[in-house]
Amino acid sequence: MEAVVLPLHPLNEERFLVIIDRGNSLPLFTTTVQAGFPSPATDYSAEPIDLNTYASNHPASTFLVKVEGDSMIGAHIMPGDLAIVNRDIRASSGMVVLAFVEGGYTIKRLEVRKEAAYLVSENEKYSPIKIDSPEGGMIWGVVVGIHRKF
Amino acid sequence: MTSLFALVDCNNFYASCERAFNPTLNGKPIVVLSNNDGCVIARSGEAKALGIKMGAPYFEVRDLAEKEGVHVFSSNYEFYGDMSRRVALILQEYTPNLEIYSIDESFLDLGNFLHVDLEGYARGIWERVPRTTGIPVAVGVSSTKTLAKVANRLAKKSAKANGVLVLTDPAHIEAALKRTEVGDVWGVGRRYAKKLAQYGIYTAHDLTLKPDSFIKKHMTIVGLRTARELRGEPCIDLEMAPQPKQNICTSRSFGETLTELKDIEEALAAHTVRCATKLRKQQSCCSALTVFLETSRFALSYQMYFNNRTVQLESPTASELVLVPQALEALRAIFRQGFRYKKTGIIVSGIVPANQVQQSLFEPDHRQRDQELMQALDSLRSRYGHRSVFYGVQGTGGKWQMQNSHLSPCYTTRLEDLIRAK
Repeated sequence: MEAVVLPLHPLNEERFLVIIDRGNSLPLFTTTVQAGFPSPATDYSAEPIDLNTYASNHPASTFLVKVEGDSMIGAHIMPGDLAIVNRDIRASSGMVVLAFVEGGYTIKRLEVRKEAAYLVSENEKYSPIKIDSPEGGMIWGVVVGIHRKF
Repeated sequence: MTSLFALVDCNNFYASCERAFNPTLNGKPIVVLSNNDGCVIARSGEAKALGIKMGAPYFEVRDLAEKEGVHVFSSNYEFYGDMSRRVALILQEYTPNLEIYSIDESFLDLGNFLHVDLEGYARGIWERVPRTTGIPVAVGVSSTKTLAKVANRLAKKSAKANGVLVLTDPAHIEAALKRTEVGDVWGVGRRYAKKLAQYGIYTAHDLTLKPDSFIKKHMTIVGLRTARELRGEPCIDLEMAPQPKQNICTSRSFGETLTELKDIEEALAAHTVRCATKLRKQQSCCSALTVFLETSRFALSYQMYFNNRTVQLESPTASELVLVPQALEALRAIFRQGFRYKKTGIIVSGIVPANQVQQSLFEPDHRQRDQELMQALDSLRSRYGHRSVFYGVQGTGGKWQMQNSHLSPCYTTRLEDLIRAK
């Protein structure tokens, strides 16, 4: 068996989160077994790093969403990314959320002000969406990270 | 009171799954159809209100559905199964003792929670499951599983209960049993209800008043157990590990009617492989198999044909190399030319644990060889999909394949089906 190098290079932006495809986890270390010489590492064996757990602490309420638009490129959420959405978190002002408005899903930053809630893009091209009634839209979940494949 | 059970039941589960990822369906009537888009197997409240009946053939309700703008879905078990798993994961946070009773119902043993605010606890489940998964639920709590079922049913029906009912007070239990028709009690059913009506037993409460001897005589020991549970005496424990099934049936209606033996053989071979895979998954072997073949239930009487054939096997097995040829031989024996067939299937029975199989004295021992081959097939199929390795007789045409023209995306199990956000 070979040693495995974890491809978790530090990225410029802290919010970036890299998940290995299909949620496979990588062994932290491996040992070969030889007759007669018990490996000293077996006493220290640990569970492999589970990137699913790292991505979200609550798998039952975590869903993946494909990003299509460019309205959040200021927050480094690009078309083609997978957004990791956790429904177990209560959305509050300042969080990036997945909302359902005007018959479609959208990812925006939630801003709660006195008179209404706003879904704010991070791209100058788009103006904020004002929501001042329950029919105006719903927050589906909170975006807790993204995955991008190079 | 010494024991406590909660029954958490998802409301209109399949319809709720579709809604969870498509909020435009909120408040709209939804029906979900069985395999092959045959019958209605799930309805949203709005569809129920339109008078669409459970089990109604789709062709009978199609006009009404189109007129009323009912949203129609083919059953998407891959998606529903994943949502069911998520609900169960949430429920596991509430108790380590969880019985997943069906795809949309779970029993929770709350045995040690006597001094907890049960109402608040149950309300917490009622609030949290839909918030985290999008699936609304009803929660019933009482001292036995059967009473928890009663509580759950009323929790759904009563506006005052609003999805949660805790039945621990004897006066409340009595009132609930008086409001529950005996046929609606878990384990009683319509047939017994008719019989019981002859003796003046109409409600669950009426049943609890009858002497044990009467109940045992008319409803066997199983009915007695139900009556005792209704009286608050726990008789049915939580089944945390699923019991190996005593028989397994794999069948499916064809996508179109078939007349040729060869096409039906393809379907039966595929069902047999599925069935054998299920057998091996629960580490069992079967001693007998039954093959059945039928025309449409809606055909004219002279065009109807139903038949089946049971084959006793030399020794119990789960090997496809034995089961597939045996099943096909049985099929050839009952096949008649000139009918338009709608369905075939296989039922395996006489199921024994694989490690207790006695070998017949007079047959060559292929067991070791077969077992190794089956293991190889199982691991290939689980890694590369069920169709990655198949027998020639299964064919590649798939004339019998299911129709599911209203299939929703597999939102949670396939990358290409994820919801898309702008």
